[in-house]
Amino acid sequence: NAQDRVITGKVVDSAESSIPGVSITVKNKKTAAISDAKGEFKIKATTGDILVISSIGYTKLEVPVSTATTMNIVLAVNNTALDEVVVVGYGTSRKKDLTGAVTTINAKDFQTGAITTPEQLIAGKVPGVSIISNSGQPGAGSTIRIRGGSSLSASNNPLFVIDGVPLEGEGGISGASNPLSFINPNDIETFTVLKDASAAAIYGTRASNGVIIITTKKGKSGAMRVNFSSTNSTSSITKQVSVLSADEFRAIVNEKGTAVQKMMLGKANTNWQDVIYQTAFMTDNNLSLGGEVAKLPYRISLGFQDQTGVLKTDKLQRTSLSIALNPTFFDNHLKVDISLKGSMQKARFAALGAIGSAISFDPTQPVYATENPQRFGGYYEWLDKTSATGLMNLAGRNPLGQLEQRFDESTPQRSIGNIQFDYKFHFLPELRANLNIGYDVAKGAGTVYVSDSAAIGYVAGGVGGTNNTYKQTKQNTLLEFYLNYAKELKAIKSKFDVMAGYSFNNYQTTNYNYASYNAAGVKYPNTDPAFPFDKPENTLISFFGRANYSLNDRYFLTATLRRDGSSRFAPANRWGLFPSIALAWNIKDEAFLASSKVISALKLRTSYGVTGQQDGIGNYDYYSYFALSAANATYPFGDTYYQGYRPGGFYSNRKWEETASKNIALDYGLFDNRVKGSIDFYVKNTKDLLNNIPQPAGANFSAFIVANVGSMENKGVEFNIGTQIIRTNNLTWNLDFNATYNKNTITNLTVIPQDKNYPGFPSGGIAGGVGGQFAFINAVGFSRNTFNLYQQVYNEAGKPVEGVFVDQNGDGIINQDDLYKGKSSVPKVFLGLSNSVNYKKWNLGFVMRASFDNYVYNNNFSQSGVLNQILGNNVLYNASSNYLETQFKGNSQQLLSDYYIQNASFLRMDNANLSYDLGKFLKNSNANLRINASVQNVFVITKYKGLDPEVASGIDNNVYPRPRTIALGLNLDF
Amino acid sequence: ETVYKTPLGYKQALAKVYSAFALTGNTGGTGSPDIPSQIISDEGNSDFLRLYWNLQELTTDEAAWTWQNDAGVKGLKEMSWSAVNPIINGIYYRAFFQITLCNDFIRQSSDENLSKRGISGADAENIRKYRAEARFIRAYQYWVLMDLFGNPPFVTENDAIGATLPKQIQRKELFTYIETELKAIENDLLAKGQNEYPRAEKPAAWALLARLYLNAEVYTGTAKYTEAITYANKIKSASFSLHPNYRELTLADNHLNTTENIFMIAYDATHTQNWGGTTYLTHGPAAVPGDISGTSGNWGGLRHTNNFVDLFSDESGNTDQRAMFYTVGQNRLMADLYTGTDGYSSTKYRNKTRTGAKAPNADPSGNWTDIDFPLFRLGEINLIYAEAVLRGGTGGDLATALTYINQLRTRAYGGKTTGNITASQLTLDFILAERGRELYYEAHRRTDLIRFKKFTTSAYLWVWKGGVANGRAVEDKYNLFPIPSNDLSSNPNLVQNQGY
Repeated sequence: NAQDRVITGKVVDSAESSIPGVSITVKNKKTAAISDAKGEFKIKATTGDILVISSIGYTKLEVPVSTATTMNIVLAVNNTALDEVVVVGYGTSRKKDLTGAVTTINAKDFQTGAITTPEQLIAGKVPGVSIISNSGQPGAGSTIRIRGGSSLSASNNPLFVIDGVPLEGEGGISGASNPLSFINPNDIETFTVLKDASAAAIYGTRASNGVIIITTKKGKSGAMRVNFSSTNSTSSITKQVSVLSADEFRAIVNEKGTAVQKMMLGKANTNWQDVIYQTAFMTDNNLSLGGEVAKLPYRISLGFQDQTGVLKTDKLQRTSLSIALNPTFFDNHLKVDISLKGSMQKARFAALGAIGSAISFDPTQPVYATENPQRFGGYYEWLDKTSATGLMNLAGRNPLGQLEQRFDESTPQRSIGNIQFDYKFHFLPELRANLNIGYDVAKGAGTVYVSDSAAIGYVAGGVGGTNNTYKQTKQNTLLEFYLNYAKELKAIKSKFDVMAGYSFNNYQTTNYNYASYNAAGVKYPNTDPAFPFDKPENTLISFFGRANYSLNDRYFLTATLRRDGSSRFAPANRWGLFPSIALAWNIKDEAFLASSKVISALKLRTSYGVTGQQDGIGNYDYYSYFALSAANATYPFGDTYYQGYRPGGFYSNRKWEETASKNIALDYGLFDNRVKGSIDFYVKNTKDLLNNIPQPAGANFSAFIVANVGSMENKGVEFNIGTQIIRTNNLTWNLDFNATYNKNTITNLTVIPQDKNYPGFPSGGIAGGVGGQFAFINAVGFSRNTFNLYQQVYNEAGKPVEGVFVDQNGDGIINQDDLYKGKSSVPKVFLGLSNSVNYKKWNLGFVMRASFDNYVYNNNFSQSGVLNQILGNNVLYNASSNYLETQFKGNSQQLLSDYYIQNASFLRMDNANLSYDLGKFLKNSNANLRINASVQNVFVITKYKGLDPEVASGIDNNVYPRPRTIALGLNLDF
Repeated sequence: ETVYKTPLGYKQALAKVYSAFALTGNTGGTGSPDIPSQIISDEGNSDFLRLYWNLQELTTDEAAWTWQNDAGVKGLKEMSWSAVNPIINGIYYRAFFQITLCNDFIRQSSDENLSKRGISGADAENIRKYRAEARFIRAYQYWVLMDLFGNPPFVTENDAIGATLPKQIQRKELFTYIETELKAIENDLLAKGQNEYPRAEKPAAWALLARLYLNAEVYTGTAKYTEAITYANKIKSASFSLHPNYRELTLADNHLNTTENIFMIAYDATHTQNWGGTTYLTHGPAAVPGDISGTSGNWGGLRHTNNFVDLFSDESGNTDQRAMFYTVGQNRLMADLYTGTDGYSSTKYRNKTRTGAKAPNADPSGNWTDIDFPLFRLGEINLIYAEAVLRGGTGGDLATALTYINQLRTRAYGGKTTGNITASQLTLDFILAERGRELYYEAHRRTDLIRFKKFTTSAYLWVWKGGVANGRAVEDKYNLFPIPSNDLSSNPNLVQNQGY
């Protein structure tokens, strides 16, 4: 257009601070611009056009273009910031109208740097949510607990809903380490965490552990924008497990070993942990295109990530494609959202056993064998001339050989997609109909190959090894429909918003079973599975509804109801009803506060509701079915081997776990909302726990059955505060802090309440003894995962006395009756702190997390910190340097000593990030460039003596170390 | 229900009833356990024989296990176990698992159900045999429970699954039940040699009755030695004879010893894989090299106390060939209970054939074994006969008793009579020692010591009995194991054994 001219301008707030990232568009045209770090922009427009200026947190402005060529625009801070729309189950809500405990984290608040798995984006960001990465392995998942987890034996994982598609509860797929690893973190726009029953109960039977709704980025109207980002990083471990050096080891063997054992000593000085770990690299590249073509807003993004692990041979490649199409029809009456996400991975999984082997392998032996001819791939191994294989039976194998000679490779794929129609009725615009059809399909397939010559698979005479295949597919389908009616009646200052819907979910898995093959591809005898595949399936059918009512924008009422039917239960118990109700009072708008300069927002919320939980149990266990035994588990009658039919244990009265939750909370804002946050108090009572309880012997086919017995309580406080400490033109400083206190107590576990005979059930297997020793007990009156060990006796010097424990019941003998219930591995308090400082074009941010009052059982110390570890076996093994402190021989059940429980409270800096915004770095181009550098896992402060205090299981054994990662990245958009 | 539509289905259900002895679950090795991990977290420790054997042997002078951190091991030798010991709980739930399978099988194979399902004629006849065998196995497991626990819960095919709270039965009544059951099925079982190996035949029921009567005084307070002799005689007259070579009793092809075997648990290295069973007994003994045991090597675990070695006047094996000690690198004295080199080891179980060749179904990795385990064999019957005569039972005589004992000794001395004893040497103490020599590592010792009142008392002290190096007496309550705490809490009908 010949009359177009370039208008330059600047966007500032009321304090005259410039506002970067403001979107400026010309109404009814495709022209668009974004303000740079100084708040400045350039845009082509004609006199008479209208500029639409918008930014999150500010009131949208429309300014007509006059004849002037410069325009200075003042955006008003959206004082309440509560007009922000929040995604809730089956719809959205204004933040202002929320009655439940909902936390939303937007992309701009995500953790930054080398983030490879989605849940890490919000670690430490949400009060009440604990996210502990399971290991440092590429793509590893996390243990996520919202408000402590409501279940004891069944699942404690929250429900994930991705763009309206709920994922299966135990949604893993063979050959992939983490179900969420298929989502490219760069495609995610927001996380919404539904914590209390009012918010979550609309998801009924899957909501007891909270709900995390993930929405991905959508197409936006306007000209095409291209974004390219690249992050490249290097990782290395920060600490090694402390073991004896080769010299210390040699000295001990020479002093205390037998003649034969002294002969076994080698001449090398090998640090086996140095041998198995490496510096890892990652590159993560993402390209996205967004805009509008023929009135069709779209976004296409392509991601490619390639990383190696710090443990040698670990590798993960991920290619992801995401397409969003968001057209509207009939004058915006019909909105269609199409979302397709696909991801392919190519992984090689390292043999994790090498971590433990590296800790215990004799440090005086060399990595590679010196004898000729070389056997077992050339790796040093313990040999025994009397054995048919030439290898010492039950001796540890070479850690590096374990890694390099095993090829566990997989190529899992997953696609999640849905199409959602939202139709606003022409004759009745207050009424909307919404139809959502979705799918989630996945295929996991892989092979495990171990060569014939590898010691880990060696068979006398050759042709051992492994060449096995595994495969699993999933087909989950979803159909949902709801009607929503929203009406404002100004006369009575009331708003109504009523929704009712139906949902159908089907989850089908196919597990393929294969025989075992040797390295040459020849089947091992009798390894054929009893069945080539099995196909577990379950269906969930639901009816749900919600009613919101608000009076005078001050008093809010939300009620929800869901009726769920699950095929996992017998017909008589199939249906459950899950109600909730919540009230909120916007106190700030009352006359007595309206004029307050200090208090800028104040809202009281309270809710009560019931949710359910059905994950973590079998699909068909409500009736007894027969399982046919495998070919290697048969019994001979004469010359024929018969597969046996085993009837399964069953419990026909099984039903949902039910959690009743109460929440009372205050949302506050002070000083123009420069300080804001909330405090929530909650109590969650779970009854009819899906609990694996002993059956009277002789009364069932299985001695333990998952039945609805027992109850548990979680109560706690969540607090968060966000402050903008400095807000000037050149400098802003934001600090967000959150704290959570949660106390978990088991209140009943038996059919006859408080049965004194029932000791509780053990959990938490300790490595080091065959047959299983447990560190925890789950008993009435205590937290889940309470340590149940012998109480160590110490001498005057404060050293533990081996094998001497407190005789708790005073009967003169020490046996299992003397185990006592002590600390718990579950943290009671955890904190998160996010800090961000902006100075001109620079931004410095960091995220810290802390946890208090959690304890970890140091299984490395207990298993290998004894003399028997070195000298008590057929070959020599290295010991934990804890042996030097205790001088334990290891003949007296040291595994069950509470000496090994250590305080694992910690303060960790998860992430530190520095970025520099070059803005428009090229002349005559709209291209913006930002570069950044970050460090992941910066430091940990803890008293814990093991490798890392964050051990989700509470038992520290063979942990894959979380590396420190240093990343450089750039982000270019134009 | 579909399982029981066809005669083959019945046979496969019966296969599970039997394999509950031999396996830990539905998958070879591990993977699909019968016994939930809450009871024994390591499936490889949850098979019948390993559990039962540990309780019968690790508590006595015959065996010690090196790995004190293995669940439930600590406290067995020391006689300080409690009601939450995983090995004690394991055998309890294993026995009830098999009893529950038997109950269901017996219920499904009732004449009424057979005719309802249209199974008749020879098929129905066969299934009636299966049913008798299931009743035998149930009686055997109730005997195990009676021997170990005294007063266990009691359920039969008349108690519906998942709906009945089992009642506790007293030891005396359980004795009568087992006796009645065995006599009731005696005629339904096939005669010796008529059934498929290793299914139960009449002599299996007779052998259990003989053992039951031999211990009747312990179980009920009333001696039944005459009845023990009656059933020993029934077996002796059913064309059995001692297998000529003692070593061959516990080799990979010991299923060939048809004249001695009475009832066996069958193991096979590729078809019937299990980390317990004879795999445990072959790998378990410390220090034994793989080329001797015919396996991939040893687990460094089992050793004899020096008191057990003392039972042999010549421990070299050159005279009494039952002395199969592995002594290289091993100390005779068990100075430390949990040191793998303290105490001689054993080579009694070898995964090789009589010719020294590889077992016929050997598994390539050398993990599993093909050796079948004798739950009952003729050697024991000779000893029962002699002991019952010495204890005053009628229907037998001392001269025959002496002959039976000397048959065992002649075999032990490689066919020579140099080890034979005279009538004056045939005393009860000699019988106990001879049972040790003949039946060691076959899971008899604890029951024998209790019958001879030497298990908890100071009448016989072996090293580490009661947890002290020279041994000491312990409370009499240890003659029974405690009912597991788990079952006490899930079944209010149960009362704990005295003292626990």
